Amino acid sequence: MSTTVSELDKVKAGPWSGGKSPWNMEYGKIMMWFFLVSDAFTFSAFLIYYGAQRFSHITWPDPDKIFQSIPFVAEHGYPLVFVGIMTFILIMSSVTMVLAVEAGHRNSKNEVVKWMLWTILGGLCFIGCQAIEWSHLHHAGFWFGTTPATGLEGDAIKEALQPYFTHDISQTSALQFANLFFTITGFHGFHVTCGIVLNIIILFMTMNNTFEKRGTYLMIEKVGLYWHFVDLVWVFVFTFFYLI
Amino acid sequence: MSNHDHTAGHDAHEHGEGMDKKGIWKIFFILLALTALEFFIALALVHKGILAKGALVNTIYIVLTLVKAYYIVAYFMHLKFEKSGFIITCGIVFIFIIYFIILMLTEGHFLLSAFQTHEIFPNN
Repeated sequence: MSTTVSELDKVKAGPWSGGKSPWNMEYGKIMMWFFLVSDAFTFSAFLIYYGAQRFSHITWPDPDKIFQSIPFVAEHGYPLVFVGIMTFILIMSSVTMVLAVEAGHRNSKNEVVKWMLWTILGGLCFIGCQAIEWSHLHHAGFWFGTTPATGLEGDAIKEALQPYFTHDISQTSALQFANLFFTITGFHGFHVTCGIVLNIIILFMTMNNTFEKRGTYLMIEKVGLYWHFVDLVWVFVFTFFYLI
Repeated sequence: MSNHDHTAGHDAHEHGEGMDKKGIWKIFFILLALTALEFFIALALVHKGILAKGALVNTIYIVLTLVKAYYIVAYFMHLKFEKSGFIITCGIVFIFIIYFIILMLTEGHFLLSAFQTHEIFPNN
């Protein structure tokens, strides 16, 4: 009788042979990361198309001239201020989300609830600001497939678009700008809305002691990943639409 | 099963010191400072005419944006504290995005001259 164990029957112990989890991460968290990578591809495709459009036109609307109002405060002359407020709100709500995750690590239910409430509030403020921004542009005449010059003839086109350009005027680039602005910020706003819904769901689950009974607040971390991703996309949208 | 999940989550946390409250606020102030710097460049330099809009300013903006993205992904999304195999798995695919950027911007640049020699759009 031989006591040697054949190579095949040996207990595998290495990280890549089934001995232990190679990434040491929970399955759902890995899948959230892979979803976010694929979502990053979608947003990248949108923004790269925006870049390609800009490169293919001699002239492009000047963001400083399109976005220069602060709702309820000033109509003209303050470029970047309102979007600065929006950016600050979103970064702030990202911070409160990390604080909720950090509180979850300490199994501190009350703190998780507190920080989740702040995060949801930040998300709602951001969506509200975006709605104001959209309606402002819509009143100016921009929408999917329309610019302030839509339906006008001759010199009236030039007159309608003049306020939005610094150099040459182009109806095509104004139209492309309007389409891409509403598509990309709309898709981002849709993500923020989904994030708020997810945040509300896990807030109720927290208050319902679901994570307390489960023994881990890992779900906060997974939704948190999504929420930070939304913030991350906004960092890029902000640069390419408002700064450049 | 749930017990296993619990340990997995816990180990990951203990493995890389993770983020305490102080660390979180530190990253927040870094992000805030970078955003403020972007606003400073846009409002105090470009808008006042000290710096002209163009390749230089755009490069500065994009670099600052990428630095901000690094801080969000590495610290807020905790990727820096995951196993290196996972970081590579999530990161390496962005080679395709870099390729796509080069491809589409080259294409856009070509179209610019093509539109000028062959006018197909009205009011271009």
